[in-house]
Amino acid sequence: MSPYTVIIGLEVHVQLATESKLFCGCSTAFGAAPNTQICPVCLGMPGALPVMNRKAFELSLRTAAAINCQIARFTKWDRKQYYYPDLPKGYQISQYDLPFSHDGWLEISDPKGKFEPKRVGIIRAHLEEDAGKSMHDERAGLADSQIDLNRTGTPLLEIVSQPDMRSPAEAKAFLSELKLLLTYLGVSDCNMQEGSLRVDGNINLHIDTPGGKVATPIVEIKNMNSFRAVERALAYEAERLYEVWQETGQKLGDVPKQTRGWDDAANVTRGQRHKEESSDYRYFPDPDLVPVTVTDAVVEQVLASLGEMPVALRTRLETEFGLSAYDSDVLVNQGRALVDYFLHVATATGDGKLASNWLQQDVLRMLNERNWDIAAFPVTAPALAVLLKKVQAGELITSRAREVLQAMIDTGRSADEVMREKGIEQVDETELVALCQELVAANPKVAEDFKAGKMQAIGSLVGQAKKKNPNVNPGRVRELLIEALGKL
Amino acid sequence: MSLTELSAAELLQRLRSGEVSATDAAKACLDRIEQVNDRVNAIVRVDRAKVLEDAGKVDQKRAAGQPVGALAGLPVVVKDLLCTQGEPTTCGSRMLRDFSPPYDATAVAKLRSADGVILGKANLDEFAMGGSTESSIFGPTRNPWDTSRVAGGSSGGSAAAVAASLAPLAIGTDTGGSIRQPAGLCGITGLKPTYGRISRYGLIAFASSLDQIGPMAHSAEDCALLLEVLAGHDPRDATSVDRPVPQYRESLITPLKGLKLGVVKDHFGAGLDEEVAAAVERAIDVYRSLGAEIRDVALPHGRYGVATYYVIAPCEASSNLARYEGVHYGYRTDEGQLLAELDAERKQLLAAGDKRAAENLDTALVRMYRKSRSEGFGPEVKRRIMLGTYALSAGYYDAYYVKALKVRRLIRQDFDRAFEQVDLIVGPVTPSTAFKIGEKTNDPLAMYREDLYTVTANLAGIAGIAFPCGQSKAGLPIGVQLQSPPFQEETLLRAAHQFQMATDWHKRRPALEK
Amino acid sequence: MSLTRQDVEKVALLARLRLSTNELDALTEQLSKVVGYVEQLGELDTEGVAPMAHAVEVTNVFRDDAVQPSLPREQALASAPHHDDACFLVPAVLGD
Ligand SMILES: [Mg+2]
Ligand SMILES: [Zn+2]
Repeated sequence: MSPYTVIIGLEVHVQLATESKLFCGCSTAFGAAPNTQICPVCLGMPGALPVMNRKAFELSLRTAAAINCQIARFTKWDRKQYYYPDLPKGYQISQYDLPFSHDGWLEISDPKGKFEPKRVGIIRAHLEEDAGKSMHDERAGLADSQIDLNRTGTPLLEIVSQPDMRSPAEAKAFLSELKLLLTYLGVSDCNMQEGSLRVDGNINLHIDTPGGKVATPIVEIKNMNSFRAVERALAYEAERLYEVWQETGQKLGDVPKQTRGWDDAANVTRGQRHKEESSDYRYFPDPDLVPVTVTDAVVEQVLASLGEMPVALRTRLETEFGLSAYDSDVLVNQGRALVDYFLHVATATGDGKLASNWLQQDVLRMLNERNWDIAAFPVTAPALAVLLKKVQAGELITSRAREVLQAMIDTGRSADEVMREKGIEQVDETELVALCQELVAANPKVAEDFKAGKMQAIGSLVGQAKKKNPNVNPGRVRELLIEALGKL
Repeated sequence: MSLTELSAAELLQRLRSGEVSATDAAKACLDRIEQVNDRVNAIVRVDRAKVLEDAGKVDQKRAAGQPVGALAGLPVVVKDLLCTQGEPTTCGSRMLRDFSPPYDATAVAKLRSADGVILGKANLDEFAMGGSTESSIFGPTRNPWDTSRVAGGSSGGSAAAVAASLAPLAIGTDTGGSIRQPAGLCGITGLKPTYGRISRYGLIAFASSLDQIGPMAHSAEDCALLLEVLAGHDPRDATSVDRPVPQYRESLITPLKGLKLGVVKDHFGAGLDEEVAAAVERAIDVYRSLGAEIRDVALPHGRYGVATYYVIAPCEASSNLARYEGVHYGYRTDEGQLLAELDAERKQLLAAGDKRAAENLDTALVRMYRKSRSEGFGPEVKRRIMLGTYALSAGYYDAYYVKALKVRRLIRQDFDRAFEQVDLIVGPVTPSTAFKIGEKTNDPLAMYREDLYTVTANLAGIAGIAFPCGQSKAGLPIGVQLQSPPFQEETLLRAAHQFQMATDWHKRRPALEK
Repeated sequence: MSLTRQDVEKVALLARLRLSTNELDALTEQLSKVVGYVEQLGELDTEGVAPMAHAVEVTNVFRDDAVQPSLPREQALASAPHHDDACFLVPAVLGD
C-alpha cells in the first residue's frame, strides 16, 4: 500500500478545427514560414479590432455539450494582461468570470481494470486566443530571441478538470478519452506534435500520517508533449513530492505553487524560473467585443446534433453485439469511421464477435502496417461482409479466407472474383465423403491407431486431404473421417 | 470672400457648379495653412504634392463625367489618431512618431471613397488624453481667437484648423468631450455621435468603450454632410451598430415647434463661469423663441460623471496602451545603452553586497519594455496608465473598476428617464472659456473637471453636439451643448441648425491676421 | 486612500514603466489625489446595479470562418524597431 494518495487535475488547451483565427481572417494552417499568417488584427496593430469567428464558438459549444457542461446563456470576453513578446497586444483575449461553459464531467474506465470506472469533473471550458512563439538559439550564443506570431490568435478551448484523478494512469485515461471525444466531435485534430493539444498538470499528495491526512504543496507541470510523457511526468513528480515531503515536511500553503517543466530525455521535472512579480493579470471585460448569448433552443440543437459519443458506443457494442469490454474499447478507440465499418460488417453477418475478430486481427493489423486510415482501406465493409458470410456458411475455411482477404486488399477485387481466379470453390459433400473413405481405406495403420484410442492419428489424414484438395474444410473432413473410421 | 472662409456646404455648391475646382479649393487651404498654421499649430503634417494629386483626381473624375462622391473635392483634416495607410499616424506621441499603418481607418476609407481630399493630420493631446492639446510631441495647438490660450482637446488641432479657416471640415474623436469641448472653446460646431454610429476600426484606441469619431465644422449643416459619409455599420468593428444611416441634411429645415428641451439645474450651479451661464441662458431663450418647450429635468448622478470616467477611461487606456512596448512597432530604447546600464547596476549592487537585489534586477527584456515605454510616453499618458493599472490590480478591481461600471449604469438610467420627458437636453459645454496655455498642466484634477458637462454622454453612449452661442467680453467663443438619446443625431443636428439659422455666432471668424 | 511610494513602484512594474525619482514622487502625490477624488463613488449605493461595460447593448456579433489574406511579411515586419528577414527580434528570452 502506498503511503499517499495522488491528487491530479489537468488543464488542456485544444486548438479548434477552424480555417481562420479566432478574431481575424488569417489562416490557422500549421507549418507556414514565420510571420506569414499575421494581419493588423492578430498583430495587435494600433486601431485594429477583433471580430469573433462563429465556427469557433459553434465548435466549443459542441465540445462543452459532449463533456456534459452547463452552457452559460450569457458569456463575455475578458482581457488577461501580461507582457510577453509573443503576445503582441499586451493581453490575451480570454474568458474570466463568465466562461461559456462550466461544471461538466467525462467518464473514464480501464478495460484492463487498472482502476474503477469513474467520472472526472470538468470545472470549466472556455475559449481564448493562442499566443505566438519565441525562439532562442542558446547554443548559437545569440543576443536576441526571434518572435513568430503565426500562431497568435488561433482559437483554443481551455478545459480545466477537477482534481479528480488518483493516478497517472487515470490522468492518461482522461486525456485519451478526451482526445477520442474531440476527434469524434470533429472539433480538433488533437495533433500533439503540432501543438493542437497541450496539457498542463496540477499534482499534489495526500499523505496518511499518524496525525491524520496531510496535503503537500501543489506543483504545476508543463512541457508534457505526449500522453506517455504525461503519465511518466506525473509518476515521477508523485515520487519526488513524497521525497520532498519526507525531507521538508512542507504542507499545502507553506510555499507558493511551483511550476516545473518535464524533461522527457532526462526523465525528470525541473523547477522553472519565477516571473518578476506575482501574476496580477488585471482581467477586465474586453470593450472591443460584445457579449454572446445562447438560447435554450440553441443548446437543445447542439445536444441533438452531437451523435453517439464513445461511452455510449462502447455500451452498445457490448449489449447489441456481445463484445467484451476490452474488444469494444479497442474498436471504439479507433475512431468513429472504424466503428461504422464494424457496425456494417457485424450487422450484415449478424455476428459481432466474428466481425470484431476480423477487424482486430486482420484489418487493424493491416492499417498499422501500412499506416492507413480506415478510409484508405481498399476493402469496403460490404465487401468484407460478403467474405465473412462465406466463412459462416462453411464455404471457406478461415485460413483460405485470410488468403482471399489479402488478395482483395492487394487487387481491390471482390471475394467472388478472387476465389474464381484462385480456383477456390466449395467442395461438394459427396466428393468429400468419397475422399475420406478413400483415405481411410488407404491407411489401415491409422485406422488401427484410431481404434487403439489415438485420436491424434486423424491429423495426418486431415493433412493428406488438404493436400489432395486445398479447398476442403478441415473441420468437416475431421468429422467425416471419424464417421468413416467408426464404421470400420 | 476667400474660399477658405466658406462653409463646407457653400464650397460644395461651388465645386458642383464648376465655379471652383477641387484643386482650387485644395490650393486655397494649403496656402492658408502655410500662412497661419505656424500661429496655431493645428495641423502637424501636410503633404502638399499628395493633396494636389488627390484633388486633381477628383477634378479629372468630374471632367470625365464620372460620378463623384458626396464630398467631392472638399478638403478635410483628420485627427492624427486615425490610421492613414502608408502615412505617419503618430497620436502626437514619441511612441508612434515613425509609425505608418498598413491600412486606412474605416472612417478615412469612407472619406476617400466619398472623394473628400485629406488635407493633413491634425494635432491632438498625446493619445487623445487631455483637454487642451498641450501634450503632443508637436507642441501645443493655440486657440485661433487668442493664441496665448488653449484650443481645448484632445481634438484641439481639428477644432483650431476649422476655426482658423485652414479647412472647412475636420474629423475629431470624443472619449470624454474631446470633440465638443474644443469645438466650444474654438467657436465651431462639433458632434459626438452615438457610440456605435461610426466605425472605430483604425481609430487608435484610448478608451474603447467611450471613443467615438465625429465631424467638426463651422455649422450643423456641414457636420450633417460629413456624418452622412462617416456613419454606418462596419463588419470590422463588432461594436458598430447595424442600422440605417439617415440623410441628416434632409430634416434640418423642419421647424422646432413643439420640441421639448430639457434643462438640468445642476449644470448652472457653482463652478460655471457667469459669462458662460449667461450666454447659454440666452441660447435657451433663442430656442424658446423658435417654439421649443423648455422643461426642467434631473440627472442626479451627473456629478459623479468625472469620477466614473477617470476610473473607466484609464483602466481601458492602460490595457489599450500595453501593446506599445517596442517589439512589433513603435519606439524602442537604445539597446546597447540599456545593456550597459543593467550591467553597471548589477555590478554596483554586488559590490554593495546586495546579492538579492542584483538577482531581482529587471531582465534585459523587461528593462527594454520599461525604458521604451517610459521614454516613448509623455507624463499625462503615463499618469493614466498608472491610474488604470492600479485600479485594475488585485484588491482594487471591485472597489474602483466594477463600482465605476455600476455608476455608469446609473448615469445611463438618468438619461433614459430624462429622455422620457424631453427630446433633447441643453446646457453648457465647458465651465469656462479657453484657459491659458500651461495654466492647468500640473493640476490633473483641474484639467479633468473641464469634462464635467461632456463625459456623461460618453459613459451613457448617447449623442451630443456643441456649437457657438456667444462670446465673452474678452472675445472668446462660448459654446452650448445639446444632448440626445442614442441615434437621434437627426434631431440634434436639426436643433443646432435651426439655432444657426436664427443667429450668426457660427459665422464669426477669428481675426488671426492682425 | 493615499498611495505609498511602494504602491506606485509596484504599479510601475506591472505597467512596465520605469519612473525617475521625480516622477515617482509626483505620481505618488497626483495619483493619491485622483484616487481620493474617485472615492466619492463610494457614497453611492450600487447594490443590485448591473455593471455597464459597453455603451451599446449589442450581442452575438460574429464573422464567418473564412480565410482572408494576411499581410505580406515585409509589411508586417516593417514597423518593428528590430527584426530580421523572418522574425521580430527582442533581447534574449531565456529558460522560461
Ligand atoms: Mg489559458
Ligand atoms: Zn490576423
